[in-house]
Amino acid sequence: MQTSITQAMALIYRGDLILAFRRWEQIAQPVVFLAMVTTLVPLALSPELGELREIAGGVLWIAALLAALLGLEFLYRTDHADGTLEQMLLSGQPLALIALAKTAAHWTASGLPLVLVSPLLAVGLGVPANALVVLMTSLALGTGILSSLGAVGAALTLGLRRGSVLLSLLVLPLAMPALIFGARAVDMAIHGEVARGPLLLLGAMFVLSLTLSPLAVAASLKISQE
Amino acid sequence: MNWTWFHKLASPPHFYRLAGRITPWLGWPAFLLIVVGLYGGLVLAPPDYQQGDAFRIVYVHAPSAWMSMFIYGTMAIAAAIGLIWRIKLAHAVAAAAAPVGAWFTFVALVTGSLWGRPMWGTWWQWDARLTSELILLFLYLGFIALRASIDDRERADRASAVLALVGVINLPIIHYSVYWWNTLHQGATITKFGKPSITFEMLWPLLVMFVAFKLFFGAILMVRVRGEVLKRERDASWLREELTR
Repeated sequence: MQTSITQAMALIYRGDLILAFRRWEQIAQPVVFLAMVTTLVPLALSPELGELREIAGGVLWIAALLAALLGLEFLYRTDHADGTLEQMLLSGQPLALIALAKTAAHWTASGLPLVLVSPLLAVGLGVPANALVVLMTSLALGTGILSSLGAVGAALTLGLRRGSVLLSLLVLPLAMPALIFGARAVDMAIHGEVARGPLLLLGAMFVLSLTLSPLAVAASLKISQE
Repeated sequence: MNWTWFHKLASPPHFYRLAGRITPWLGWPAFLLIVVGLYGGLVLAPPDYQQGDAFRIVYVHAPSAWMSMFIYGTMAIAAAIGLIWRIKLAHAVAAAAAPVGAWFTFVALVTGSLWGRPMWGTWWQWDARLTSELILLFLYLGFIALRASIDDRERADRASAVLALVGVINLPIIHYSVYWWNTLHQGATITKFGKPSITFEMLWPLLVMFVAFKLFFGAILMVRVRGEVLKRERDASWLREELTR
């Protein structure tokens, strides 16, 4: 019996999550990295919460983007190495939707933990409690954007030597607009303003990247397997 | 409509000969127009009443900045043609255009920074235009780096073409985000060219330089695509005949 694409997507999503949680250190590493980078900031600048609060939005966003970059290169690496990727290409299922399921699983295992731990670190940087919801929303959208853009980068650099450095080089410029609006939203929330505008724009970018990037991933995966 | 001329363009031997023939027809006018435009801009045009002679860098800066974006567009169109119709020559065009575009972007950044020194009193200002040019340079470098890291030529062509298309979709988003970011963080920069107030003596050399740079790009592109064809078709028999003739 032919498996429907919804079933296939659910299976891939579940399978990837099971694999991710079996290698829990891969989930923990970006979170620890995020915590460390945030710790570096008071050490390098000043322990004064008032000063830290002014830059907290930008710092958290930069640290989260870099942390989310860490796991990206593993997105298709094992599938590529053990031949699963070829089976996906041969399965006759729409590759773009398979890629979407993979991206979603990757975000759940790498982006979501960052979002969940961010309030804790934000409080350490003097961010007031009423800005935490905006921070988490913006980071959820931002890591989502990075996961979708990063999936394209991961598919393009699949199997290359020194692929991880190249991956950052390709993905970071594309993620800059998200950084602008995300950090701005958090900054506005910290200063007690309504951050609706930048959050909506961030949401628009999220929808756009989620819509288009699976197509680019599918094309890149086909190219890598030719 | 007859599309034979278009299909012929995709054939490397045909294009190789054609490019060789039209290179001087692009190169010499480019050279002449650059000389005329520079003379007009550096000698004939009156100094600006606010910026003095410093404004004259615009005759190199503005055409370079325009070319930096134009070439990215050209590259993306060539990449799309190569990806959709599997035309190898289109990939060669994209590969040949990228370093030229990166250099124009670099020139635009350097001249912008040189102009900023007397105008803003600093070499670098996080001005919206300079910042988006800088991000554009990163996009070019990513494209070149991706091509360089893939050994298989076919895969390099197609992978970098996907990247160019992703980049060209993101380019307007990046551009407008940077503008928005900039207007929030700093007031209007001190000196900007008053939009319609430029006089004709200042304007015509600028227009000449725009045309000259475009022709120059055309000429360089033809030479570079010929180089790419030589590299790609080095074992082809037509090439041996062509070169020994």
